[in-house]
Amino acid sequence: MSMENALPISHRQRLWLYALGGLVMLFLIAPSVIIVIMSFSGSSLLEFPPQEWSLRWYESYFGSLEWRDATIVSVKAAVMTAIVATLLGTAAAYAINARTLRLTGLINALLTASLIIPVILIGIGTFFLYARIGLNNTLTGLVIAHTVQALPLVVLTVLSGLRSYDMNQEMVARSLGANRFSAFFQVTMPQIRFSIVSGALFAFITSFDEVVVSLFISGGETTTLTRRMFNALRDQIDPTIAAISTCLIVLSIVLLSAAQLFGRGR
Amino acid sequence: MSLASASLDHASRRDGALNGDALNADARREARGMLALLSPGLFLVFAVIIVPIGWLFWLSLFDESGQLSAANYARFFEQASYIKTFVTTFKVAFTVTGACILLGYPLAYMLSQLPRRAASICLIFVVLPFWTSVLVRTYAWLVILQRKGLVNTWLMDLGVISQPLPLANNFAGVVIGMTHIMLPFLVLPLYASMKTIDVDCLRAGMNLGASPAATFRQIFFPLSLPGLASGVVIVFVLCLGFFVTPALMGGGKVIMWAMRMEQTTSLYSNWGAGAALGVVLLGVTLALLGLFHWLLGARATGVWSRR
Repeated sequence: MSMENALPISHRQRLWLYALGGLVMLFLIAPSVIIVIMSFSGSSLLEFPPQEWSLRWYESYFGSLEWRDATIVSVKAAVMTAIVATLLGTAAAYAINARTLRLTGLINALLTASLIIPVILIGIGTFFLYARIGLNNTLTGLVIAHTVQALPLVVLTVLSGLRSYDMNQEMVARSLGANRFSAFFQVTMPQIRFSIVSGALFAFITSFDEVVVSLFISGGETTTLTRRMFNALRDQIDPTIAAISTCLIVLSIVLLSAAQLFGRGR
Repeated sequence: MSLASASLDHASRRDGALNGDALNADARREARGMLALLSPGLFLVFAVIIVPIGWLFWLSLFDESGQLSAANYARFFEQASYIKTFVTTFKVAFTVTGACILLGYPLAYMLSQLPRRAASICLIFVVLPFWTSVLVRTYAWLVILQRKGLVNTWLMDLGVISQPLPLANNFAGVVIGMTHIMLPFLVLPLYASMKTIDVDCLRAGMNLGASPAATFRQIFFPLSLPGLASGVVIVFVLCLGFFVTPALMGGGKVIMWAMRMEQTTSLYSNWGAGAALGVVLLGVTLALLGLFHWLLGARATGVWSRR
């Protein structure tokens, strides 16, 4: 099926294309690689490759109460966002897939609105709303705001799982006497669980990496890791951030591999 | 006999009507159930996105003394600093989109031509940055491009330059950092659409004597344009409202739309003006997406399901 078998063009004639594509891939991956290597540097100068190696920036990250508190806030928010967004998103995807409601276009547009609307506007709007109802600088407020941003990803992921699943199976279970809930949990969910888990992982990382909205609505004791990093970067370039960045890159790799693995299971 | 059939007929019609009622009631119950499943998600979106934005829109219609006026919008045309912000924003958005096309098209083309296994390995190079924190990637570019950063140190050690190049904290830094962040948004939809191009069309072209270059120019390229368009639209729209990279890499000199919104609301607490900026930004975004949807009939949010 691959094209170089189908077309009379040899790999050699395509060398320039591979070189160009390779360079762009290098451009995409190099920054992360450089940061990971530099995070093990022993000097406070950001030099590459480092002259001496050490774990001092990791010690400075894990030893700092401020960074640790911010990390804990981010983890808490991300876990809760993943749970809430997965529940609401799966329910919504199931309802959209059933196609019994009118206005599906409008419902889709509303649920995916946070992918299109400029994040800065969501940030300012949420801050404005939260100031009236006292949700600024609270974990609850953070989880609600992040859930709205993660919801579209869960809906899209679960929906793609449901589209490759034959809903008649659930009908059969119901006609054999299972009620709606047990039909879903015993027949449908086991078959779309990989999409649900992928959706949950995407929700987790969306919340954990979120910067702009957190900048507005988190602070004080609920300062997120990204907000603290953003403020630190505005002042000066602290190599501790290289260590934190490496941890975030590793987290992305782990979650993405998990999502891929689950995706293949489907 | 006829009496019996008449009563049977009557009974079946009555059953039919009852069945019809039962089916309708069932459908209504089903619809209510589905609505109940959707409502928590819809409620959150409504409460956290629609209500605050509607509120901000309302606020933007009043001036500082609380009078209904267009002052918040009029200043966009009157004050030079606002005009400069818009010009900068569009300049950055056009430059970044152009850079993404130049870098992204060859990469997507290469990915679409590779065998399946090789393509999925190369795709990691696109997907991994896509899911790496924007903050981490911006930090990396700061480290690489700043005055005493990697590029300048290397070039000076090699003797290519004697003075550090101004690469960060200016327009160039913002463009490089943002291009890196936007590139996957262009490559993923473009690659997905290139995969759907029928190889037989290309083979037919070459069988009829077209050179590889002509086949590409006359067959492949035109067929890849819808995918390119969807990538371009999403990148351009994201650039218009982008905040993190210009805020950290612009050195206070490159003020983009979103930064202006943040300054107006956080620093000067001028909600009316900030809200007006947001309303216009949302209007431009929706207009561009609407135009794209109208022209090509595709949804720009597709990039998220094509990871």
